[in-house]
Amino acid sequence: MLLEAPFTEEKIRALKVGDKVEITGLIYTGRDAVHKYLHDGGKPPVDLKDSIIYHCGPVVVKEKGKWVVKAAGPTTSIREEPYQGPLMEQYGIRAVIGKGGMGPKTLKYCQKVGAVYFHAVGGAAQVLAERVVDVPNVHLAEKFGSPEAIWEFQVERFPVVVTMDSHGNSLHDQVLAASSDRLKDILG
Amino acid sequence: METKILQANLLELIRRTSAELPGDVKQAIAKGLRKEKKDSSGQYALQVISDNIGMAKVNSLPICQDTGTIICYAELPSWCDEKTFRKTYERAVVKATKVGYLRQNSVDSITGVNSGNNLGPGNPAYHFHPAKGKSLTVKMMLKGGGSENMSAQYSLPDNRIGAGRDLEGVRRCLLDAVVNAQGKGCGPGILGVCVGGDRGSGYVAAKETLFRLLDDKNDDKRLAKLERQIMKEANSLGIGPMGFGGETTLLGVKITHRNRVPASFFVSVAYMCWAFRRNGFQMGEGGKISRWLYES
Repeated sequence: MLLEAPFTEEKIRALKVGDKVEITGLIYTGRDAVHKYLHDGGKPPVDLKDSIIYHCGPVVVKEKGKWVVKAAGPTTSIREEPYQGPLMEQYGIRAVIGKGGMGPKTLKYCQKVGAVYFHAVGGAAQVLAERVVDVPNVHLAEKFGSPEAIWEFQVERFPVVVTMDSHGNSLHDQVLAASSDRLKDILG
Repeated sequence: METKILQANLLELIRRTSAELPGDVKQAIAKGLRKEKKDSSGQYALQVISDNIGMAKVNSLPICQDTGTIICYAELPSWCDEKTFRKTYERAVVKATKVGYLRQNSVDSITGVNSGNNLGPGNPAYHFHPAKGKSLTVKMMLKGGGSENMSAQYSLPDNRIGAGRDLEGVRRCLLDAVVNAQGKGCGPGILGVCVGGDRGSGYVAAKETLFRLLDDKNDDKRLAKLERQIMKEANSLGIGPMGFGGETTLLGVKITHRNRVPASFFVSVAYMCWAFRRNGFQMGEGGKISRWLYES
């Protein structure tokens, strides 16, 4: 299904675990340095109300005066587990995109504030880079370096799967529980 | 030896390894794609992966932005000494980083500073052997951090998983490693396994055995049987591509063994992601590549 900006609470609450979603609109990259910075009280350089944060350290180069994304797959999200939930609440972040899923704290905040976790396909650097159609701006690049900066990505039909929704469901918990049970059966 | 030609060959090896998956991996992914249920998240993930493999090749760009640890294996003939080889390989790595076949991926572990050119203590990682014949054989592997973080080493007996010091114990370790990894190592994965050795040699052998072709058969009948069993059992766990659920959890299992001291029994598991980047070539003294080790 399509998800187009603005990313309102109503649209996000309608999503369920397992939904395959294509996102169109403006999203922001942010990984370890950005999350720590915001958590420590740093001022966000962009308005994060109803925003989507992408856990990604992209390869971006300037060609003919324009930013072009060469590779933009997701990075492992669980490192932001201590910060993500509280930041969602404080700034009204509606969704994060990453890989590997997040933990119970983030899941609880997703429920509380009306947010979801989107899983992009790990390693699919080329498919995902192609869906970034424009890079209007970059923030905090001098402070944190290019991969850790906040990049503004205008994306078109950016492919993700909902693996944690705002109703307390986590596909990661479900698959872990089912596969652990299955292992017990196999081992007898 | 003409180092200029060697350097050009090594640069092409790095480009191919980063941008093009070997045929055996592509076939295994295609087979997995056919097995996944229609319209499932697992099928969807494998379709994106499959599209990504095609695009990376056409664009000659990295399959994954994490171009990983650079691991180089070289069998050196008398006409190529180690020092010259290292120097030439490193020139090729610096060039490959500049043109974007490799990401800047070498970080000083004490200061946190990125060297910017993929060189530094232990980078690239080399394994040298003397060549049997007159050809130079170079193999390389790029192993990303996500998969490396899901690698595991067990010391048997292990009460938690009920693993004793026998092949049944090894089986329990391998299935535990797969369940523990879930989708976090960017599965469907490939397990390189070493039974025995010490902690260091075990991991080295586990990685090296990943150079085997996915569809080959282990010479050791007992290990061949265990490999088949683990493939079947792991793929029945329902973890699926990216841990989304599904039929394809592993693309391959390769097991080797080393002798151990009586007091130790290690099982080392090198978890490899679907972006299973490895390649190699054989080259004569004149600089001509006589053969690429993996069909594309």
